[in-house]
Amino acid sequence: MSAAEPLERRAVISGIGQSQVGRRLGRSDLDLTVQAALAAVADAGLTRDDIDGLATYPGMGAGGGGFAGPPSPDVQDALRLRLNWHDGGGEGPGQMRSVITACLAVAAGLARHVLVYRTVTESTAQGSGGRQGIGGSGGGGGGGPRFSGFLQWTLPFGAVSAVNWLALVAQRRIHEFGLTRTQLGQIALNGRRNASLNPAAIYREPLSMEDYLAARTISSPLCLFDCDAPCDGSTALVVSHVDYAPDTPHPACQVDAVGTALRGRPSWDQFDDMTTMAARDAGASLWERTDLRPGDVDVAELYDGFSILAMVWLEALGFCGRGESGPFVEGGRRIALDGELPLNTAGGQLSGGRLHGFGFLHEACLQLRGEAGERQVPGNPEVAAVANGGGPIAGAMLLTRFR
Amino acid sequence: MTASGPPFRLLPRTDGDSGFFWTSGADGLLRFLHCDACRTIVHPPAPCCPACLSPDVAPRPVSGRGTVHSFTVNHQQWIPGAEPSVVALVAIEEQPDVRLTTNLVGVGDDEVHIGMPVEVTFEQHEEVYLPLFRPVPGGSR
Repeated sequence: MSAAEPLERRAVISGIGQSQVGRRLGRSDLDLTVQAALAAVADAGLTRDDIDGLATYPGMGAGGGGFAGPPSPDVQDALRLRLNWHDGGGEGPGQMRSVITACLAVAAGLARHVLVYRTVTESTAQGSGGRQGIGGSGGGGGGGPRFSGFLQWTLPFGAVSAVNWLALVAQRRIHEFGLTRTQLGQIALNGRRNASLNPAAIYREPLSMEDYLAARTISSPLCLFDCDAPCDGSTALVVSHVDYAPDTPHPACQVDAVGTALRGRPSWDQFDDMTTMAARDAGASLWERTDLRPGDVDVAELYDGFSILAMVWLEALGFCGRGESGPFVEGGRRIALDGELPLNTAGGQLSGGRLHGFGFLHEACLQLRGEAGERQVPGNPEVAAVANGGGPIAGAMLLTRFR
Repeated sequence: MTASGPPFRLLPRTDGDSGFFWTSGADGLLRFLHCDACRTIVHPPAPCCPACLSPDVAPRPVSGRGTVHSFTVNHQQWIPGAEPSVVALVAIEEQPDVRLTTNLVGVGDDEVHIGMPVEVTFEQHEEVYLPLFRPVPGGSR
């Protein structure tokens, strides 16, 4: 770690809030966001007049299909916030970018209390139809729209969804490391076990290894239960200057370090190591900014938009060696709520719902605060690791309980 | 491919920097931008060489041979009526850190393996020649 204290340590998560979470709620993204935002502000012991910063991911123009949520000007106006700093956008260290920029904003004195949110209405947008690919439901030959940018390299070959791109990662891990589907299935089973203790989770009924192995293949070797569950919901956080931490009604969660690096090529198919991709770099840079070590982590909330990503993150964050995540999760005991590294304690996105990264942040805070109810990790966890993203997109954060 | 012609494809634009790539197969050759100074393949196309930063880059043919770096059999019908197909990541023989996301044809789902030698074959859609790959005859490894 460098001599100067990382600036992100001047930030805490002072409050958290979540809207109703569910399938096809039929509520607008702004409606859900306001619900989550007001809950987070109250949870932080603040009023909207205290909020002087606002940030979101992925922001305006980030696409339809219920993916983007409302842009920050809509939320600012709905709540008539008077802001000193505001930010929205999709480029950076994953969904985490908005939280990290908020930390830097409070550290720099641009704002004191930043409301950060991520909202999805993908379940309502997809309606009763099947899950959509990216650009996969229209266009093509015969005078239809043509594609440029990254999508031109994948869509013509029917690789229209991230599940296809990450199936390539999974297959490569089978080849290099001998990963098995039974090992991969432990991510899904663990998520479902924990989701059964989370009243807000999308899927709560038991899932057995037999169910997992018998599920239909989406893109080999990934099956239905390797894919997260589209949902509607909004998660909000208040990022405050650390000076405020002694005054929060709930224990504040100190930002100890962030991982933002991207040292390989920013590409789904040209990254040098297809078994890790960007998580490798974000994970490494996280540990360069703290004296804490992987063994200090009491609970891990690792992105599982697809099961394989949680495996990648386990290695990228140093909880096991490269290629060793399969044996690490074998049998599921180690990653269970009472195991040595409780993982995705609210069910992750596979069973909890695809809140797109922010569900992990919310759950990490609940666990550090000791407020996770039936799924509370025993032993008063003090350090939580949170990871967001997959493929060439990755961000990580280490949180500690302030008091 | 079926008797009724090539399958439905979402198509790339051919009016930009990558246009040469997508139309290259008209004469049966796969082309990438190469750096004239250091011979590095520049892919996706960019205005300068990423290795030596020379601006002198131009499309040049390659052998069309490569190796399967990874693959997946897609079963989900993202496009109504689509059949399961093999999506592969093919490492280009001349510079294996350059890869193409593509489809494998002429090979059964259960015959594909990482490390399989493959060669390019093109599927025409309007002015676009999509580079697909098939096993090299007698090339199992």
